[in-house]
Order: sequence, then C-alpha cells, then structure tokens
Amino acid sequence: MSDSYSPASDIAIAIATTGVVVEEHVAFTFTALCRASGADALQLQALVEEGLLHPTGRGPEDWKLSGPSLARARQALRLAKELELGLSGAAVVMDLLAEIQILRSRLQ
Amino acid sequence: MEFKDYYATLGVERTATQDEIKRAYRKMARKYHPDVSKEKNAENRFKEVAEAHEVLIDPERRAAYDEIARRQASGQPFQPPPGWDSGFEFSGRGGRRGGMAGEGGDGGGGGQGAADFSDFFESLFGRSNGRDGREGRGTAGPRRHAAGRGPVQGGDHHAKVTIDLLDSYRGAARTMSLRVPVVDAQGHTTLKERQLEVNIPRGVRPGQHLRLLGQGAAGHGGAPAGDLYLEIEFAPHPVFRLDGRDLHFDLPLSPWEASLGATVQVPTPEGAVQLTVSAGSTQGRKLRLKGRGLPGSQPGDLYAVLVIAVPTSTSEPEKAAWMALAAAYPHYNPRNMLDALDPLKA
Repeated sequence: MSDSYSPASDIAIAIATTGVVVEEHVAFTFTALCRASGADALQLQALVEEGLLHPTGRGPEDWKLSGPSLARARQALRLAKELELGLSGAAVVMDLLAEIQILRSRLQ
Repeated sequence: MEFKDYYATLGVERTATQDEIKRAYRKMARKYHPDVSKEKNAENRFKEVAEAHEVLIDPERRAAYDEIARRQASGQPFQPPPGWDSGFEFSGRGGRRGGMAGEGGDGGGGGQGAADFSDFFESLFGRSNGRDGREGRGTAGPRRHAAGRGPVQGGDHHAKVTIDLLDSYRGAARTMSLRVPVVDAQGHTTLKERQLEVNIPRGVRPGQHLRLLGQGAAGHGGAPAGDLYLEIEFAPHPVFRLDGRDLHFDLPLSPWEASLGATVQVPTPEGAVQLTVSAGSTQGRKLRLKGRGLPGSQPGDLYAVLVIAVPTSTSEPEKAAWMALAAAYPHYNPRNMLDALDPLKA
C-alpha cells in the first residue's frame, strides 16, 4: 500500500491498494463501527437494541459486529436522518424493505 | 451556471411557510428516497429535493436565495456577485447529508458518499465547515476533537464507485478518481481530486464495500489515517443481468431450433461456449451453466433464458413454409387455456 496521498497537492496518486470486501472479511469492534458508520455510541447501541445489529460478546467494550453491520448501520442512520424518522422508525422501514425483497424474489 | 428554482423543485409557492416547505420535503423524500423508492432516477431527484430543502428551510439561506432569485427574475443572468452574501449570517446548522463530497462523511451520520450538492448551491453557500454541517452532529468523528488533544486517528471516508461486471469477474486494477474535501489553514473547505489505484477483488458484488486501510482522512499528531470505504456499484451490462452471484442472459432461438433442438454458441464472461438446447424447448425456460456466474468460494451460476424469436416472412417461399407448418398442425391451438376461461364457452 502506498502512502503518497497528500491533501496539500492538487492531484495525489496512490499506488495500487487492495480492497478487502467488508461483508466477507471484516469484523468490527464497537468503536471501529462507530467510526466507520459515522454513528455515535448511543445511536449504535440503539440499533443493537432495535435488533438491527447483532453483536457477539458481553457488552459494548467486548462486542464484535459482522461486516454487513456497516451497511445496515449506515442505511438506518440515512433513513432516520433524511426521512426524519427516529431510529425505531428506521428499523421498521428496514424490516419492511427486507420483507418486500423476499416477496419480490418469491414472485420471480 | 444553471440557476436552480428550489421552489419548483419542492412544488411550493414562493410565499410558502416553513411548515409547507417541510411538508413538501417530507412527501417528496418518502417518494424519492433511494433506499425506499422504485422511481426512475430516484437518487438524483432526492438530491435535488434535499438541496432545495436545505436552502429553503433555513430562514437565512432562504432570504439570501430569494435575493438572488429576484435578480434572476429581473433578467440578469445568474452570477453570484463578489461579496454578495455579506450581511447574511449563516448559522451553520447541521446539513442533512453529512458527506456532501464525493468522498467524505466522517462522522457524517451515514451521509451518502456521492451526494454532492450542485455547483449552484456551492457558489452561494460554499463548503466551509461552518455551513455544510460536517461539524453538526455526533461524537464519533475523531477529527472534530483533534485540536490540541494529542494524537487522534483520522476519520473514515466513504465513496461510491462504479465498476464493470467483468472487473469483478476477473479481478482488476482500476484507477478511481475521487473528490475529497480538504480544509485549508483558513478553515475553508475545498475539493481536491485524488486518484487511487484499487485492486478489485474477484467476485465482489454490488452493494458490498471495499475497505482500504489508511486511505481515509489524515490523522493528527502522528496518529494513523482513517480508512476509506468504497461502496461497489456495477455499470449496466448489455448482455448479463446479475441476481446475487448468478448471471442471467436472454438466449434467442429460432422456432425450429427450439422445436428440433440445437447446439448454439453462447456468451459467458469467460468467452463463448457451445450450449446444447434440447428439442421441444419453450419460451422462458432457463438453462443453467453451473459455476459460471460470479466467482467466489461458492461461485454463482450462469442462466440462459430462452426467448423464441420469430423471423418476419416477406418472400413467397417463406410464407409457403409457414403455411406448410400450419397445415402440419391442424389441431394445434396455443390459446387453449384462454378458451377454457371464456365464460361463453364454459
């Protein structure tokens, strides 16, 4: 991986860097998922309480969250913010979207 | 630069109250929000709606915008005069979309990476931290605590990138152009173009994310940089349609190929192969080429979906051939099922 990126220059080019597929090869600690998703600790805890995220471990300090948690957390925050819903409302929307997807795939 | 009529975007009168603007926004946000909408072009429509709301819901921005709109209406071409916004004090309340830039959104509350506001918006309201809401919410973005607090890791950035199906199929090195917000010494935010060569892993699917370690925002005080997350989208492919790891494509057959069976050449992402179609094949039937979908530990399958193509007949010999076919099937009725449903015949 290259380190040649410098915000000071107009165009910075980094030499090839390899992407890791988050959904398949990444697990997050609670803090890392906060940073990656842009959520604060209370929001992320609320998403766990809503059952949208399923950490393993005894408590936030010890939690491990799967790769797909990142996209779920970001989607929930996006819906909550842009549709002016609470996180509970966003959780309902996501459950319904998942159900619609299942029904659509059965129709095919 | 194109003048944007934010009132028209939200479908409200220029005299609309803040409540009316909020209602109009909510209605359109539900209709066009890309997470829930099946409307065509929903993402772009939502960006326009969100931008219009961002301006009109804020009394200070709205007053400033109305002033520009008055000049526009009086026939002056749109151009924000230098210092036009002096006298308007922007409060810098939180923007709706945390990351307005092509790349960005550390602490941005799930802001869509690619959600730029228009040049028109930026020419009026700029990108400085006080106005675009990047400092507006949350506690997760480490950068906002950076000043004078010792080493702090840089924030994580997000962006969407579009790749070709074949990039995922074969794995590929691709150079991506990203725009990244950079804050200068005066606190102004500008966009810098940044190119990054990324090795695309084989088998990556749309909606998945790639993590590039250390390619996010720079750290402070010697702390490491944040990470960059790229959300993968596929450009539409002219032949193959993706469903999970499986690929589908339409395979046209002539009526005689479908009826008598045939061996035909078909495309796969790895190159053409010969496929045997059995006699008596029907429209819509799927033929599976196992393991020729997207690669991975459990590779997907490739499905040829049969489509019966009927040639036009113009010459006499062609018409005679179809008539001979009709004569050979005196009792064939493709509408048997419909006839059975006809109440007059029941």
